[in-house]
Amino acid sequence: MVKALNEALRRSLSEDDRTLVLGEDVGVLGGVFRVTDGLQAEFGDKRVFDTPLAEAAIAGVSLGLALAGWRPVAEMQFDGFSYPALDQVISHVAKYRYRSRGRQTVPIVIRIPFAGGIGAAEHHSESPEAYYAHTAGLKVVAPSTPIDAYDLLRASIADPDPVIFFEPKSRYWSKEEGDLDGASALPIGKARVLREGSDCTVIAYGAMVARSLAAAHAAAARGTELEVLDLRTLVPLDLDALAASVRRTGRAVVVHEAPLTAGFGAEVVARLMEDAFDYLEAPVLRVTGYDTPYPPATIESHYLPSVERILDAVDRVTNY
Amino acid sequence: MTATGPSEEPLGVLPSASDGEVDLEALGLKEEDLRELYRLMALTRRADLEATALQRQGELAVYPPLIGQEAAQVGSAFALRESDWIFPSYRELGAALVRGVGLVEYLHFYRATWHGGTYDAREHRFGYVSVPVGSQILHAVGYAMGARLDGDPLVALTYFGDGATSEGDFHEGCNFAAVFRAPVIFFCQNNQWAISVPVSAQTVAPIWKKAEAYGFPGVCVDGNDVLAVYLATREAAARAREDGTPTLIEAVTYRLGPHSTADDASRYQPGEEVESWKARDPLVRYRAWLEGTGLADQTFLDEVEGEAKSFAAEMRSGVIGSDPRPVEEMFRWVFEDVPPHLARQRNEALRFAAEAGDPEVKTRRA
Repeated sequence: MVKALNEALRRSLSEDDRTLVLGEDVGVLGGVFRVTDGLQAEFGDKRVFDTPLAEAAIAGVSLGLALAGWRPVAEMQFDGFSYPALDQVISHVAKYRYRSRGRQTVPIVIRIPFAGGIGAAEHHSESPEAYYAHTAGLKVVAPSTPIDAYDLLRASIADPDPVIFFEPKSRYWSKEEGDLDGASALPIGKARVLREGSDCTVIAYGAMVARSLAAAHAAAARGTELEVLDLRTLVPLDLDALAASVRRTGRAVVVHEAPLTAGFGAEVVARLMEDAFDYLEAPVLRVTGYDTPYPPATIESHYLPSVERILDAVDRVTNY
Repeated sequence: MTATGPSEEPLGVLPSASDGEVDLEALGLKEEDLRELYRLMALTRRADLEATALQRQGELAVYPPLIGQEAAQVGSAFALRESDWIFPSYRELGAALVRGVGLVEYLHFYRATWHGGTYDAREHRFGYVSVPVGSQILHAVGYAMGARLDGDPLVALTYFGDGATSEGDFHEGCNFAAVFRAPVIFFCQNNQWAISVPVSAQTVAPIWKKAEAYGFPGVCVDGNDVLAVYLATREAAARAREDGTPTLIEAVTYRLGPHSTADDASRYQPGEEVESWKARDPLVRYRAWLEGTGLADQTFLDEVEGEAKSFAAEMRSGVIGSDPRPVEEMFRWVFEDVPPHLARQRNEALRFAAEAGDPEVKTRRA
């Protein structure tokens, strides 16, 4: 996935000379995860540059650059370090088009490596997507596979609105065969059925898509066919795909790493109540991180939704 | 005459006595410019008082008066080129006026017609009102960085107050501007009060001195001396255009009004302090100098007075005659397109609005 993201940035930088890449250590080092590896050497330090260590300024300055006609792709080094930028993102980036009555858009992409499962220290495993999804004016994207990460990053950079782009760290080293810019590319705002099944829909995004597919594989061995729906985009949410899948299966489980209370899963469940209530055979359940701070890495496997916890929820809705 | 170089005393140009000498050649201003500065300050004073009155009469939701800060705003905005950008906070009606922003459109922010007012920022190169204190500083820095990448020799000036110098965005902005040699003028109107907190409780080091730590010039100027403000800003702009050197200007002035119309400054501003600053009223002081030097006669002053009066009256009728925007606009510019989830909500809002009466014709006062 790192290489796919890197290629997306390379092609965007190459095709549009207004595209910029900025952030902490994105230049010579190529980013702490190497997503920007080699880009400064190829495109120069005016278009790919390191900033001082100040996240609010990275976001605020990106807005100024966008007003001056540039298309900044800013990197927040880690999920847990993105919070100083929240004021700029919420107060200005999200509101600028609205405030200007549509006259000035701010086509900024803020990339945030997110979520856990990589054995990291405190502040390096958080899932802050609900903060952004709750903020009107932001698109929120979270790919699950390398090729989709490529497609969605390309689409995010081309998008006229600001996009918060969540990269699932634990999938950074995942591999996938396929064509970039292929016919399978879906735009922002479209979910994708990754596995068809008739018994229950498992809805996920980011790293939890692979976990849900693993659960579906295990369930199939026991004779339960799970449909896995990869949301890909949290805002705007693909309401039609969500309702269509659950109308087929009549049952749903939502999976994410972020804590339960007011997590994005609550939004998904509410949408299903509105759009698929008559089709539901059982209550929709959520399998999520717990309502605790992200725990120390030595016990994070007990916090993250596991195949077993997903299967347990599936059992409960299918046996309802 | 130069505004650069550290000094414990604020830079002044206007003499304390009305018959003192000013080196006009060094200032580089023509006689008509000197009169124009007065005209702009007088229009600002009258428009600002009118806006306060409009709020008292229920025509504006709130308004932050700038009375006492006319020289700081007019002098600085006047020193810029048309191609330069201004990123204001929320008390810069005077700078907006210099930029030719329609004040009715500007006041739509305070009439709560639309966030950002209804003017086009790009047309006047004057950004939208920014309320979170100091947050607009970073936009000026980013804009200036972008202009520099384009080789565009423009300057971005950002206004903020003494309180904003405590915000992280100010410090991050100064540091970024220095590191990227972004052509920014950080223009602090030190009006002595951040709502009820005096500058002495806000920061210990003098504001202009903070520039030194970032590695660019800091200048302290008498903010009630329009010529000194003009000079300091012009020199800062020249430095910025030359090689991207930012400048921090501290304009020492005073907020003669409340923080906003919702505030009662008599609870914290000492009366004798207010009186001492009233004696340094920037408009009165400049008029006295113009009269003393013969640059302005009674005919000119009467003309300006008449123009200010009709200008304010026109602003008043424009504000009062305006209606709220249609409810549909609440949804129109969240994104480029209205996504499905928002379209549902819009349709609901429009259904209820239609039941409540046509939002297009329903007026504020109805």
